[in-house]
Amino acid sequence: MAKQNDIKYLSSTRVDRRKKKYCRFKKLGIQYVDYKDAEFLKKFLNEQGKMLPRRLSGNSLKFQRKVAQAIKKARQMALLPYVTDLMK
Amino acid sequence: MATANTTQDQKLQSYELMIIFTPVLAEEEYKNAQQKYTNLITSNGGSIVASEPMGLRNLAYPIAKKTTGLYWLTEFQAPTSVNHMLEIQMGRDESIMRQMITRLDKYAVAYNDRRRKGIKLEHTPKRAAEEVEAEDNA
Repeated sequence: MAKQNDIKYLSSTRVDRRKKKYCRFKKLGIQYVDYKDAEFLKKFLNEQGKMLPRRLSGNSLKFQRKVAQAIKKARQMALLPYVTDLMK
Repeated sequence: MATANTTQDQKLQSYELMIIFTPVLAEEEYKNAQQKYTNLITSNGGSIVASEPMGLRNLAYPIAKKTTGLYWLTEFQAPTSVNHMLEIQMGRDESIMRQMITRLDKYAVAYNDRRRKGIKLEHTPKRAAEEVEAEDNA
């Protein structure tokens, strides 16, 4: 990427600026979290089938609750596993 | 149908029923079972909004030593008293492995409507997902 005449640095000069997390439901305007859509809910699970915390998913509290409910419903109806290995 | 709510003497509520039948049912029995619960709802002052036989699907984990199940999904409007009766009937039915009745709020009804019409689910009334993605990358 760097041009030929740029000064070369040993370490990366880019300051480590993390991208701000956001609640995708608020951003996209999704109002209902569907328990039937297992593929979508998998975004909020780790490979063992456990729910991701808000710290990682970035969800607002309101939607984290709704996601949790939807995942639990999906598990009850055998759309998502309770426990598993290597889900993705 | 949502507008009919106020004119009814008993307030109707939107629900969604999902049943997993055992996979051993024949095609005919599967249809009859669906018909049975449809009749049960309609004969008790409810109305079916949509019915969707999802057919044979793999279960995420075995239920009653079976790894597949016949799914049936239906959205209906009914007075609240119907649910209890439905649950009793479903509990007695040996061909049912799991069932769940979910109360739908107005967003859920709108969502299901869009889902049935096959509109991409990430698309919301407010804005499309791609728009936001593009904004993010900019």
